[in-house]
Amino acid sequence: MNISFPLRNNVDYIIMGVDIGSTTAKIVVLKDNKIVYETYERHFSQVRQKTLEILERTREIADRPIKLAISGSAGLGLAKECGIPFVQEVFATAETVKTLESDTSVVIELGGEDAKVIFFKGGADERMNGSCAGGTGAFIDQMATLMDLTADEMDELSLMANKIYPVASRCGVFAKSDIQPLLNQGASKADIAASIYAAVVNQTIAGLAHGRKIEGKVMFLGGPLSFCKGLRAAFVKALKLSEEDAVFPEYAKLAVSLGAAIYADKQDNYFDIDKLINIVRDAANVRSVRVSLPPLFEDERAYNDFVDRHSKAYAKFGDIGTYEGDAYLGVDCGSTTTKLVLISNDNEILYEYYDSNKGNPVEIVKCQLEKVYSLCSDRITIKGSAVTGYGEELIKHAFNFDSGIVETMAHYNAASYFDPDVDFILDIGGQDIKCFKIKNHAIDSIMLNEACSSGCGSFIETFAKSMGYEIAEFAEKGIYAKAPVDLGSRCTVFMNSSVKEAQKDGAGVEDISAGLSISIVKNAIYKVIRASSASELGQNIVVQGGTFCNNAVLRAFEMELGHNVTRPKIAELMGAFGAALHVKSMGLEKSSIISKSELASFTHSAKAATCKGCTNNCRLTINTFGNGSRYVSGNKCEKGSGEKVSLFKDLPNLHEFKRAMFEKLIANEKKEGKARIGIPLGLGMYELAPFWKTIFEKLGFVVVISGFGSRKLYSKGQYSIPSDTACYPAKMMHGHIETLLEKGVDAIFYPCLTYNFDEKNTDNHYNCPVVAYYSELLYSNSDCVKNIKFLYPYLNINDPKELANELLETVSENFGKGCCTLREMRAAIDAGYESYGNWMSAIRAEGVRAVEYARANGKKIMILAGRPYHIDPEIGHGIDKLASQLGFAVVSEDSVAMLTEPCSVDVLNQWTYHSRLYNCSKYACEHDDTQLVQLVSFGCGLDAITTDETRAILEEGGKLYTQIKIDEITNLGAVKIRLRSLLGAIEKKR
Amino acid sequence: MSQRVKRVVFTKEMKEEYTILVPTMLPMHFEIISRVLNRYGYKTEILKNTGDHIKQLGLQYVHNDTCYPALIVIGQFLDALKSGKYDLHKVALMITQTGGGCRASNYLSLLRKALAKAGYDYIPVISLNFVGIEDCPGFKLTLPLIQKMLYAVIFGDLLMLLRNQCRSYEVNAGESQAKAEYWTERIADMLSAGWVSYSKVKRKYVEIIRDFESVERTDKPKIKVGIVGEIFVKFSPLGNNDLENFLVSENAEVVMPGLLDFLLYCVYNTIVDSRLYGIHKVKAWGAYIIDKYIVGKQKKLISIIRKSSSFRPMTPFDHTRTLTKGYIGLGAKMGEGWLLTAEMLELVEQGVNNIVCAQPFGCLPNHIMGKGMMKPIKERHEGVSIVAIDYDPGATRINQENRIKLMLANAKAASLDLANTL
Repeated sequence: MNISFPLRNNVDYIIMGVDIGSTTAKIVVLKDNKIVYETYERHFSQVRQKTLEILERTREIADRPIKLAISGSAGLGLAKECGIPFVQEVFATAETVKTLESDTSVVIELGGEDAKVIFFKGGADERMNGSCAGGTGAFIDQMATLMDLTADEMDELSLMANKIYPVASRCGVFAKSDIQPLLNQGASKADIAASIYAAVVNQTIAGLAHGRKIEGKVMFLGGPLSFCKGLRAAFVKALKLSEEDAVFPEYAKLAVSLGAAIYADKQDNYFDIDKLINIVRDAANVRSVRVSLPPLFEDERAYNDFVDRHSKAYAKFGDIGTYEGDAYLGVDCGSTTTKLVLISNDNEILYEYYDSNKGNPVEIVKCQLEKVYSLCSDRITIKGSAVTGYGEELIKHAFNFDSGIVETMAHYNAASYFDPDVDFILDIGGQDIKCFKIKNHAIDSIMLNEACSSGCGSFIETFAKSMGYEIAEFAEKGIYAKAPVDLGSRCTVFMNSSVKEAQKDGAGVEDISAGLSISIVKNAIYKVIRASSASELGQNIVVQGGTFCNNAVLRAFEMELGHNVTRPKIAELMGAFGAALHVKSMGLEKSSIISKSELASFTHSAKAATCKGCTNNCRLTINTFGNGSRYVSGNKCEKGSGEKVSLFKDLPNLHEFKRAMFEKLIANEKKEGKARIGIPLGLGMYELAPFWKTIFEKLGFVVVISGFGSRKLYSKGQYSIPSDTACYPAKMMHGHIETLLEKGVDAIFYPCLTYNFDEKNTDNHYNCPVVAYYSELLYSNSDCVKNIKFLYPYLNINDPKELANELLETVSENFGKGCCTLREMRAAIDAGYESYGNWMSAIRAEGVRAVEYARANGKKIMILAGRPYHIDPEIGHGIDKLASQLGFAVVSEDSVAMLTEPCSVDVLNQWTYHSRLYNCSKYACEHDDTQLVQLVSFGCGLDAITTDETRAILEEGGKLYTQIKIDEITNLGAVKIRLRSLLGAIEKKR
Repeated sequence: MSQRVKRVVFTKEMKEEYTILVPTMLPMHFEIISRVLNRYGYKTEILKNTGDHIKQLGLQYVHNDTCYPALIVIGQFLDALKSGKYDLHKVALMITQTGGGCRASNYLSLLRKALAKAGYDYIPVISLNFVGIEDCPGFKLTLPLIQKMLYAVIFGDLLMLLRNQCRSYEVNAGESQAKAEYWTERIADMLSAGWVSYSKVKRKYVEIIRDFESVERTDKPKIKVGIVGEIFVKFSPLGNNDLENFLVSENAEVVMPGLLDFLLYCVYNTIVDSRLYGIHKVKAWGAYIIDKYIVGKQKKLISIIRKSSSFRPMTPFDHTRTLTKGYIGLGAKMGEGWLLTAEMLELVEQGVNNIVCAQPFGCLPNHIMGKGMMKPIKERHEGVSIVAIDYDPGATRINQENRIKLMLANAKAASLDLANTL
């Protein structure tokens, strides 16, 4: 590389810049203002050894004293111990840019796990990603692994994409739950690759720019941006940069180490190469004191005992080569792996298969079926076939399986086969953690992990690969770890940085591997199951799922529990086995499964499309099979499926009903008036819009409502969101503001309401802080509202007289004193109350009608309980439609909360919206045919309190508790599993 | 209250023989308050247990998405109860409650739930609040007690202020901290010895200030770093990974607005409620008097600091609250509410251009009053840099410190540039 540095000339020393990031080490050596040595390599967590190794290579060049500085998140510990100057990495980057390309306005740098944006012009500012944002280099690697591609292949593919799917960009785990189903549904890898890059771009712009426009000369730095052409293109496109303004310097990946060198030059410390190597060597051999956990096994004997004990777990096998008679096929098409089992009449396993689905489960099942058919020859007849897992629908359609079964039920079937007294099942698969408590031979409660805490199997796998190991080898290493590191028990992004911290302290691969296993177990016990002690789980515990094949994880689980558990020998096949048992119990005459001859001519192709059925605009994947049949996935309702409209269209759905009310309200816009006042339809407005609309219309204004949320609307305002971890409904507000401005309004009205309506019998009637004060944030962060009037007065809606005075003040201030009189204002407010009253009565009346209809027609009732704004099509993602497809009459929390006496709770009952939730829980407990499903927004601090309380109320009343956490994720796969499990459990309970 | 979780009342009889455990937030303030309470017949003890296992206990017994302070406080209580140090049938727990719209008002319920889960449902929990959320026969706040607690807070703030201004410059390491500890003892002695006249209090102010003046200090300028945020993680070393000490070790001077401002903020909110919504009119009248009384005390202290030393005094509260104008409404009163914005502005006004805004991960009020206000503050004050640091059981120290280090590196470069141009 030929760069000349405007540093001091004719110096008698060389300069060395060292950058040790989370995954790579980068070193540059400058001699007489020229780069004489540069390297960029992965350190596989061996931070100190790697540094030492590189330093030794520079021994020959270093014929003069050295000025040296270290930078990078993993370099801090080393620098401290060796007494070498340290410079923060973003600061180092800025040094480089200022020295080499001083007319740059913005730098975007993506590293292994950090993303940074540096603004140089107009108020310098430097930003790093917060702790909950992983969309960076490691994330791209992880996604490539998920698709079974190398990073280069993924990059190549992305350039051929035709279509971008929405992929949640908050963090790796979120994105994964969007991408996995796309893969399973057969979307093209090229499109997915491009979508992943688009998500990274989105994440960077939304998460870091925080309302500041990225413009002028933009320089892109860091590893991923110097390697991935697709990513570069995505950035340039998103930022609308011209060719001159998008700078991709040759030294992109070395920018931090160059900065460290420039910094080093300003220091007065000199090192001699031999001495330097010695210091680093000493540091490489020292292990600093760090809190560590007890080893998984005391010694080899303990390990052997453990292996012995588990090898006894029971499973019968038969010989497919000699068996004659009927057989049943079970397939578990999971998120990352496909499992297949063929069982005999005596439940012996005749054939088994387990492997990664390599992003194309259809192909794998096809190959396996061919194999099974040829092994079966004429001796064995397949009498039934069932499929479970993420890919259930796809496989069922592709190969005409007899039955599909929700995974949770499949797992329970299998576990109770091994241990009829099982009272607790824990299944950790590639992407899901599922736990069931069993009482009286029926599932009593189900717990599934949240999208935000999926520290599951695939996580260890990607981690192993990133450190240069195969999963089996990596797990094996953990078994002999002397001092496992304590990595905490949160989501994978946090674990990544915990690992980084451990690496900084010199922890080895063994200790990290064991630490990861322990973390996964802790995550499952404390985060998913929410147990406080082992005895809570049960006496007869069965563990299963691919992750438990890992002995380190199994052992960690036993240690955490303090007693032994059963791991069936076919732990990884339990879903498939359960499916096979299920179809066997159906006692079919003949299986509908694709025949051997049909299979020979089987073809499958997939293409992407957008559904035009409604405003959701679902991204569809249309799978076409050889026999001409089609399967559409990605649709949220039956409209997009291309099949006949469902039989359930008559079922009451309060969410739909309320949306229809809002549709009318939005459409009913006056033509002329004093001024146009915009109301953003988000947060509290999802209940109060009719109230304010009537008031302002009575006063002679035109009221414009922004309309329903959508992905497009969200992206419009995304640039001005200052706090990425706020809930999705709040972040959507920025888009509503932009929409209103497009519609042309003179003012926007979203008042600050500390107190909501007092619905009595509660401790207080607050709004949550976000609903109450979000307009303060909007005003401060959306510069676009400065051109109009932004009205966000603090109002008291519980006292009409007081409200009249307060609102009059606001209106007079903004539209002139003569705008209206107090008398007019009072009349308008009275009309507002009336209209609000009518609105709520309509909802409640429909609630009563829905309940009566369901009871008269023998339908189950689901209270889909969240907050008013959860009915928004973009926020609720059509969950209500899914529930009604499953045969539930759907009612909302505000429609039935009044149907029972106030609920007594153990928390401070101080939020209006949440007290409805508690009441609904009580109502559900009082009625056999009613279930409650709680909708929770990711990032909602209040829900940490309300979920536990709701669960307590429901469990006391003998009800199942189901929670659905919603965020940007558009894929409903996980939601579907939850709702179907609920359905399955209710049926089994009977 | 339902039957699911028992509520054990702290009775008058219990007052005689029960030890009341109090979580750590501000070591000096709470030490003095505890001694004052003991003078009034309670047996209180400030918890000093620390360590990583506290976090673990919290994770086990509290919903993991709950704010970090609740998790830490409850973890600390449970750790103490499990330590074997206390007769579990002769111990009670005390926790503060403001009754605001933030989830923090639910710490008490969460604590009771955790106790029930851990098998300690017989242990009474006392709510320390000034708004009468729960009646507690064994624990009554009397006027003289409240006044002494008020003095405890004022002295605590003074000691914290002086120590922070000396500590980063002291020639003899540890001298300022030793002085702070010495005076904490003396003040606790004084306030627990009986009636104290205001003139005696004022004489003590002077004595303390003079004593800190005697600390030998270098005049090499240091980067001043302000700390604001959610009250627990702002103040408690257990909650913020020892943030203050980290900043001092990085050669910075810590500037921290005191606890008194938070109390005044709570009082003032009643006045605001009455002004904005026409509610609580009688209470507001009382609040008005209390506000005047306390602000008067604060101003007296400020004038004494000015007169008798070169230390920078705190900003008077009636000025602090005016700073929010043009930024955020005084009606934004959940959590730390507008005070958080005001404190950032107060620091900027004092010339503290580097601010750490500490909050628990997912803290709702902070989305608005903290992160939401950084843009306008930075836009209107050139050279100000604010870094938001999230605290939670999974967040790593290295991540937090790396971001603070970035701010410090920039601040140092800026001060060098300034020195070069001069």
